[in-house]
Amino acid sequence: MLMKTYTYTEKKDTRSGFGAGLAELGRTNQNVVALCADLVGSLKMDKFIEENPERFFQVGIAEANMMGIAAGLTIGGKIPFTGTFANFSTGRVYDQIRQSIAYSGKNVKICASHAGLTLGEDGATHQILEDIGLMKMLPGMVVINPCDYNQTKAATLAIAEHNGPVYLRFGRPSVPIFTPEDQKFEIGKAIKMTEGTDVTIVATGHLVWEALEASKALHEQGVSAEVINIHTIKPLDEEAILASIAKTGCIVTAEEHNYLGGLGESVSRVLALKHPTPQEFVATNDTFGESGTPAQLMDKYELNSAAIIKKAKAVIARK
Amino acid sequence: MPNTQHLKDLTIQARRDILRMVHKVNSGHPGGSLGCAEFFVTLYNKIMDRHDGFDMDGIGEDLFFLSNGHISPVYYSVLARAGYFPVEELNTFRLINSRLQGHPTTHEGLPGIRIASGSLGQGMSVAIGAAQAKKLNSDNHLIYSLHGDGELQEGQNWEAIMYASAKKVDNLISTVDLNGKQIDGATDDVLAMGDLKAKFEAFDWIVVEIKEGNDIEAILKGMAEAKSKTGQGKPVCVLLETIMGNGVDFMMHTHAWHGKAPNDEQLASALNQNSETLGDY
Repeated sequence: MLMKTYTYTEKKDTRSGFGAGLAELGRTNQNVVALCADLVGSLKMDKFIEENPERFFQVGIAEANMMGIAAGLTIGGKIPFTGTFANFSTGRVYDQIRQSIAYSGKNVKICASHAGLTLGEDGATHQILEDIGLMKMLPGMVVINPCDYNQTKAATLAIAEHNGPVYLRFGRPSVPIFTPEDQKFEIGKAIKMTEGTDVTIVATGHLVWEALEASKALHEQGVSAEVINIHTIKPLDEEAILASIAKTGCIVTAEEHNYLGGLGESVSRVLALKHPTPQEFVATNDTFGESGTPAQLMDKYELNSAAIIKKAKAVIARK
Repeated sequence: MPNTQHLKDLTIQARRDILRMVHKVNSGHPGGSLGCAEFFVTLYNKIMDRHDGFDMDGIGEDLFFLSNGHISPVYYSVLARAGYFPVEELNTFRLINSRLQGHPTTHEGLPGIRIASGSLGQGMSVAIGAAQAKKLNSDNHLIYSLHGDGELQEGQNWEAIMYASAKKVDNLISTVDLNGKQIDGATDDVLAMGDLKAKFEAFDWIVVEIKEGNDIEAILKGMAEAKSKTGQGKPVCVLLETIMGNGVDFMMHTHAWHGKAPNDEQLASALNQNSETLGDY
């Protein structure tokens, strides 16, 4: 059986996709404003600021204040995009987001870079692995974790059109660009990357490329894997997952996040309610991260294609 | 424009509303609500330039943000009597399926409310954002906010206070309700904040003091002064000295009624001290 394969000619960081998307929004949507807590360079917000200085608010190292100001800016029709690291975009300001943004139903886009282990050497203080869980628990919050530069740019454009709070999670390392530049981003609509019959692999963020690498290797070993790119964790595309497991009968979820509170748990709930199915998790195992290169960390914490292959075989054996 | 007598009548009626609301559900926060009744009545009926009806974006009108959301009873009374929603709806305060939640929220779509508050320390940041949106929209109207004094113990306020002057948010008038009390006792005993005037001035705010914060004339004068100081490159802080529980003798000058409702006898006594002016709901 033929399998769709993916290649790449260029690697880029997903945060640069956000920066490019934000710059484009600056030109096309006059209501878009941006805020940053002293991390303009890290968030790649320079272009937007250069072109729209009056629509940019540098708040300094004061994330709680930034979230409140963003909520206030919506009153008057602005669409604020906040930028800081994922850790400081979520855990540090959870109550501000909860009350002033989510409960108040404000149209704020919380844009979070350096998510997960792959920011590398800074270590666990900065490597949040709990943010998806924190944010998906907030009623009304949309949670998005795109997989490459193109998809992050497209997601940035798409969330400006969505009326309501959004958490957009992306990262620091350079990763392959393998999705089409012109692929429209539909919030909550999963993308089937490969067709398969033996196992479903549902991956988000940086793990989508790893899942594709895994599916190639599995194919060579005679295992047919269906890879689904779940860029939106909430709302979850239940139909896409259920349609796939109806064929394959087992599933692996893969994410750069703790298994508690992550994509995997969201998928488990769908399976438990609609179609109980064996599932294995590629995720961190209720642990903090540590310093190291991104590749070393993803290897040590088993968040790569090798780990996906191992879990795919394990889950197939459970069918 | 309402005259001072009408404002006094509204204040007494607001006191009755507050007392009856918290009594009915045996919960809520009468002390701070009573202390700020004159301020709310004067703000909404004399100071703010408001449109009829409610629109979330509030373009072309002054906006108000309540940061210390637990004094929702006074807020609801004044909003209802200013025409934002039917006065009879005060009857639903804190009841199941009500728009009048224990702490104010936009979630149930209650007209007049633009942000949820209750978890303290967040309102000034929101007010600053709304003020900056006004500037982006070339809207010359003002943003007003109210904060408890105990609430200033929350660190986010000081991030906001620093930001507002650094970014010259000079279309903002933030009032601090200086009643000197919080749940566990006197603010000076719980966590003394020292000289708040000096602190705000050190953060480069213009400070206006209203020493008689339960006197309508004093509020009118002080808020007019505060308004005259907007547009000068600095945010304006009003330090409003109030008496917690004002207007009900046994509730005054104590933190005991911060979050406690009167019983039947206490209610009767409190209402006796505040005869109906504009009609109970």
